[in-house]
Amino acid sequence: MGARRDNPPITSTVCQPRGAVPLKRYSVFAVAREALRFHTGWERAWHSPAPKKKYDVVIVGAGGHGLATAYWLGKNHGIRNVAVIEKGWLGGGNTGRNTTIIRSNYLQDASAAIYEKSRSLYETMSQDVNYNIMFSPRGVIMLAQTQHEVRGFQRTVHANALQGVKTEFISPQRVKELCPIMNIDGPRYPVLGGLWQARGGTARHDAVAWGYARACSDMGMDIIQQCEVTGVRQSGGKVAGISTTKGEIDCDKLGIVVAGHSGVLAEMAGFRLPLESVALQALVSEPIKPCMDIVVMANTVHGYMSQSDKGEMVIGGGADGYNNYTQRGSFHHIEETVRALIETFPMISRLKMLRQWGGIVDMTGDRSPIISKTPLENCFINCGWGTGGFKAIPGSGWATAEMIARGEPGPLAEEFSMYRFREGRFIDESVAAGVAH
Amino acid sequence: MLILTCPCCNIAADETELLPGGQAHITRHGPGSDDADFETYLFMRENPKGVHFERWRHSMGCGKWFHAARCTATLEVFATYSAQTFGPPQHVIDAIKSRRPDWQGPV
Repeated sequence: MGARRDNPPITSTVCQPRGAVPLKRYSVFAVAREALRFHTGWERAWHSPAPKKKYDVVIVGAGGHGLATAYWLGKNHGIRNVAVIEKGWLGGGNTGRNTTIIRSNYLQDASAAIYEKSRSLYETMSQDVNYNIMFSPRGVIMLAQTQHEVRGFQRTVHANALQGVKTEFISPQRVKELCPIMNIDGPRYPVLGGLWQARGGTARHDAVAWGYARACSDMGMDIIQQCEVTGVRQSGGKVAGISTTKGEIDCDKLGIVVAGHSGVLAEMAGFRLPLESVALQALVSEPIKPCMDIVVMANTVHGYMSQSDKGEMVIGGGADGYNNYTQRGSFHHIEETVRALIETFPMISRLKMLRQWGGIVDMTGDRSPIISKTPLENCFINCGWGTGGFKAIPGSGWATAEMIARGEPGPLAEEFSMYRFREGRFIDESVAAGVAH
Repeated sequence: MLILTCPCCNIAADETELLPGGQAHITRHGPGSDDADFETYLFMRENPKGVHFERWRHSMGCGKWFHAARCTATLEVFATYSAQTFGPPQHVIDAIKSRRPDWQGPV
């Protein structure tokens, strides 16, 4: 027998000089090499250095959107003296708490543009960042269960055709073919059709954060976890830096990408946002054999479901109606969601639910995000993704990086200004989707 | 489960009996106001992590509107009080200050 070590020491990179240690690429050859030496050669997926005194850009929030912003700052704009600061652990907020649905079948042009950009970036992301995010374009269907929804979705399909987003309106019979476990005959709301996006799907949410973190670290950026921002320093109306639990950090430009806590950070920076933070919950069942290979969203009865690669049914539903920062929601929403899904999928009625959790989502008045300059010069904000931010991570990062690098929002971001509420230029997806999305 | 005592009928109601009505004590700007006023009235919200004043309706009970003072970071309820007021009354402020000595007061 070989001298197998049960607990091989992990090669720590904490104290190694910054930027001097390029990360080893993941590949089939690396897997084979490590298999032959008892997996003792794997290094940490990203470096965890202590913060420097000063950066060109500091991004607050190492969730998907913050890390994607840092990634595209480096990739598209060559800005690599960047730190991503995280209060908790990487991807431990909404990035690790969502139901991983990716789609871009939105009604409004501005939404369709950024979500479709995002969906297309997801297609190549595993190759781009050398990390398998398990993108699975299995198809997403949104059920039409009232005449209102039929008309609404047919309108969306026409809008999507003009926007270059491939969707179609399909018959109840086609819905049944795509998802045989569904009951399309009622009892309350028979399925009258569906908005089908064949190129939508799911991805592994943790891997999206980890992949971007790894790619950022490889470009020499600093990912600093367990470092809470306690204040935003300014001088002469401009950002000067931030105060954190790991000391003062100066920066030329600041990006705030903190989802549910955007209001708290905005207060530190001295401005207000048109946001309310509420709890949104999700749950998963015990794992069962494969029974469903698409994502189904039932907006009228209000629940959505897909099956993970492990076999768990991944279920999401409605958000609470009142402000909450506790990352746990009200039980009756779980009950309503499960009740709706048992109507739609009778075979899940005896499933045991394994885990349930909540995340804090930041909701705007028109249910569209904010990617914007702020009243504080050189301080930029990306927030307001509400209940549907995961699908937007790569495109949102792309647009936010462009805005931070140029100082002005580019074509993807310009409609999402935080001043649109004053100017009456809503991107009204709450009416378009008829539901939180 | 959030439980609020309706100050109109004195019933301790589960949140399934209640309808959340958003931030309380906002100024409802009317005709002649400028764009910034309407933005504040319609869209800008305090959204604090901590003490929050809210409107609730006892929709599955007496049907009346009332106010609640709650902590959004712990879900603690400080007090509920009448809807017929433009700001939190002194006994509500005292109740909050006894639980949150470093609270800065209503905005």
